[in-house]
Amino acid sequence: MNTWIAIGATAFGCYAVKLAGLLVPAGALEKPLVRRLAALLPVALLAALTAQQTFADGHALVLDARVAGLAAAAVALVLRAPFLLVVAAAVVVTAGVRAMGG
Amino acid sequence: MAEQTALAGKRPEDGGKADSAVVRDALGVGVAVGLSGFAFGVTSAGSGLTLLQSCALSLLVFTGASQFALVGALAAGGNPLTAAAGAFFLGVRNAFYGLRLSQLLALPRAVRPFAAQWVIDETTAVALAQPTRRGTRIGFAVTGLSLYLLWNLTTFLGALGADAIGDTDAWGLDAAGPAVFLALLAPMLKTTTERAVAGLAVLLGLGLLPVLPAGVPVLVAALAAPAVLCLEGRRGGTSRKETHETDVPGEDR
Repeated sequence: MNTWIAIGATAFGCYAVKLAGLLVPAGALEKPLVRRLAALLPVALLAALTAQQTFADGHALVLDARVAGLAAAAVALVLRAPFLLVVAAAVVVTAGVRAMGG
Repeated sequence: MAEQTALAGKRPEDGGKADSAVVRDALGVGVAVGLSGFAFGVTSAGSGLTLLQSCALSLLVFTGASQFALVGALAAGGNPLTAAAGAFFLGVRNAFYGLRLSQLLALPRAVRPFAAQWVIDETTAVALAQPTRRGTRIGFAVTGLSLYLLWNLTTFLGALGADAIGDTDAWGLDAAGPAVFLALLAPMLKTTTERAVAGLAVLLGLGLLPVLPAGVPVLVAALAAPAVLCLEGRRGGTSRKETHETDVPGEDR
């Protein structure tokens, strides 16, 4: 039930902001500070989420095979690999390190 | 196609690319990103969501980063509303895409509630790259439709497959979520400001993880954005030599 509440709230919120962008008159959100903040908010969230999902195990910080996988994804990004290849590199390397007992 | 384009008599040669070139670009993005719905379906099922819940997320939320963030927070045992808040804040950027798109697409008001669900990173990127309104509309519609159909189909197949393969961690699939985040983040790290925000957010997100309830550290880490903007503003406001653009790594109080 809790999961459905989270799904409902996320679906409602995400659709509302998408629609708001299309309906709101252009001037309303065009203040430079608001635009800067909107551009930086995903940077902060994505950075924190990347770090947490790489190093977190519950409430503890750990170093495991995911670190190797993310390093592989980072290398793929530097080499300008397409999106799918970046994700695949992370998955394959993580699985490989685990299979070797990492 | 001629029967449904009675109003659009313009030759594509008048400016901009031929329609077929726009469609090709849009399909390229739609198919490539649409396939990564597999990763979401698998991650979602691995996080303990049912097949119906995973599919509901892709159908109703349809913005990848928010979906990955939500299932990650739920898997970590977060409160449902805290988890939803993190996903929501990630989705706020779509409002700013919508602002830009609404000027370029010039859609009738009645169509906007239907177009809204497709206002995401990929459709915006393709639409904004087109030089004409016709190209923008085609790019938005083709990317949106192909991505929506594939993303939902692959979510379904991924969630179904995850149930079949059992332990998703053994296959390294728990690395798919953070890799998606990293791939979305990398092109955003253009200047020192973005890197400072990212660095501070990582410190907050990891540093607070052991002490705050699940899901809350990410919300606190979001404060890195206003904090860095505020510091930057203060620096710009008090500094006499505003033309200095050098990035001195030290503090200048």
